Amino acid sequence: MSDTNTDTKASDVKREGAFAKFLRETEVDTRLLGMLAALALIWIGFHYYGLFVNGFGAFLTPRNLWNLSVQTSSIGIMATGMVLVIITRHIDLSVGSMLGFIAIIMGTVQVNILPQYLGLGHPMIWIIAIFAGLLMGTLLGAFQGWMIAYGTIPAFIVTLGGLLVWRGAGFLVARGETIAPVDATFKLLGGGPFGAIGNTGSWIIGILGCIAVLALIILGRRKRKTFGLPLRPVWAETFLAAIGAGAVIGTTLLMNAYPWPKGIIKKYAAAEGIEVPPEGIFISHGFAIPVLILIGVTIAMTILMTRTKFGRYVYAIGGNPEAAELAGINTRWMTVKIFALMGFLTGIASVVASARLGSATAALGTLDELYVIAAAVIGGTSLAGGVGTIYGAILGAIVMQSLQTGMVLIGFDAAIQQVVVGSVLVIAVFLDILYRRNSK
Amino acid sequence: MSDTPLVQLKDISISFGGIKAVDHVSLDLHAGEVVGLLGHNGAGKSTLIKILSGAYKKDGGEIWIDGKRAEINSPRDARDHNIETIYQTLALADNLDAASNLFLGRELTSPMGFVDDAKMAAETAKIMARLNPNFKKLKEPVSALSGGQRQSVAIARAVYFNAKILIMDEPTAALGVHETEMVADLIKELKDQGLGIFLISHDTREMMDLCDRVSVMKNGQMVGTERVEDVTEDDILSMIILGKNPKAAA
Repeated sequence: MSDTNTDTKASDVKREGAFAKFLRETEVDTRLLGMLAALALIWIGFHYYGLFVNGFGAFLTPRNLWNLSVQTSSIGIMATGMVLVIITRHIDLSVGSMLGFIAIIMGTVQVNILPQYLGLGHPMIWIIAIFAGLLMGTLLGAFQGWMIAYGTIPAFIVTLGGLLVWRGAGFLVARGETIAPVDATFKLLGGGPFGAIGNTGSWIIGILGCIAVLALIILGRRKRKTFGLPLRPVWAETFLAAIGAGAVIGTTLLMNAYPWPKGIIKKYAAAEGIEVPPEGIFISHGFAIPVLILIGVTIAMTILMTRTKFGRYVYAIGGNPEAAELAGINTRWMTVKIFALMGFLTGIASVVASARLGSATAALGTLDELYVIAAAVIGGTSLAGGVGTIYGAILGAIVMQSLQTGMVLIGFDAAIQQVVVGSVLVIAVFLDILYRRNSK
Repeated sequence: MSDTPLVQLKDISISFGGIKAVDHVSLDLHAGEVVGLLGHNGAGKSTLIKILSGAYKKDGGEIWIDGKRAEINSPRDARDHNIETIYQTLALADNLDAASNLFLGRELTSPMGFVDDAKMAAETAKIMARLNPNFKKLKEPVSALSGGQRQSVAIARAVYFNAKILIMDEPTAALGVHETEMVADLIKELKDQGLGIFLISHDTREMMDLCDRVSVMKNGQMVGTERVEDVTEDDILSMIILGKNPKAAA
């Protein structure tokens, strides 16, 4: 990789191609470009496979991509936490089971316990249920982290135990039953026509996003200037701003392009007393609430990892645990905090997953641990520790979910899906190893 | 040189699985003094100073700093007493850049509580310009640096935070001739500023040049401590090899 700090010799600059120059001056991560290209290939591949083989391309439609965004949320939220766990050379195999267990607890609280005391449909029910779920996730995570850090039991064993224990505990609490229906407000957090913020709301988010992109670029430039660090050329800054804002606006347009289904419109019109014209009414979904939660988590976790001492210590422990200890970092307590955070995020994912389903079953989240780990690893988190990014994990989650959805859309059966997902994981990690070897 | 020693290690012991790595060792260090620790591999030099730097917890004995008894149970405690250590292994997080390593555990933060990377990079550039003017790779992970450059990051970390007591465990082991000279100059400069320095090295001649006193350890025990003017290189070598102080025998 090129670096503007090293005094590049004039001859090197001349030999450098136009594309390499472009990469150097924009300081774009080539790995990120590679992942985006892979994702584009997957999307276009599925779409045209469907078009040619089945007669219709269902992948690149607003409807499918909107659903994809909702389906990615739960795995994506957990993947951001798994990045920290894997960076510090641990693993968490228990997240899927824990998600199921927390869903059962939240289901029990909002369906079986609270209505007795507060009355059905009380506005506090969903808040208390979520609070209970997040608290539960944090405590369970912290407990596992404590066993790993202070009991010095390997994380693999502790969380393998957790995988079985939490799944079993979920069945015990619910006695194998499905707990339904969840609170009406709670259900909105899982998406659906009413669990999305609509046209206007989405544009507000989109515009805020554009402002944020611009602010980041301008503030970054100003800061570099203050400390006399090398600046990107103005054209590169403009280009990045345009790409960033373009991506935000494009996503907003896409989310707004998916209308409510006719049946829902009919019900809605009847409830509001509106006459439905023969051509129908176009009501946009806009961003789904779980997607907004995922965006919020991603931003918060990115800030945590890049701008706080906590994030810096996570990387330091991953790079050299002994050095971190000698630098005065309490590595054991950090481990407890990292697993507590993983548990907290699992709690959020559990809210999204059970709200989307509209019920809580003990089987919720089965195999999620594997998808979450795969998302983090495909996203460039190194199992050797010390390396990984939040945005990478989100991209990894989108790749995993795209594969899943795409294969369902073109009619591959479950057996082939497993073969493909498994193979992609191995190939992706191998490509990453090759990339890192060459970039050194 | 003041009368109260800067550091007094009194009767320090530590064992690992029944082996006495440090066996009732006492040693002191004054401000503006360099004390060298010599001995074979496994003599207990590194272990002894790791007790002072908080990496190991001693089984017995006392540490006194500035005439007051100090409890050092963690690297953080040692830092609170202005003790800085350059470890033999350098103790750098290879995946982080020079600035992150330099400020690891003591990051500069903005008023909002966020780490201030730009300011840390600027400070790092400043101190590296003083220690190693050839150092340019500020943005790269330290795994991409040469042995000498990594060493200068470790040295910069110890020097930056106004240490009063400096522990250097083989600071020149990975360095070339020119860089070794720079470290020697730095040690003299820091000594003149009134720091107390423990220096561990295998290079007896270098130690005779840099140190005021040398202490020799063998098998976890202190063989003897002598002022460099009073002994010859051969005396020291025989202390290291035979484990006996020739002057005491005479």
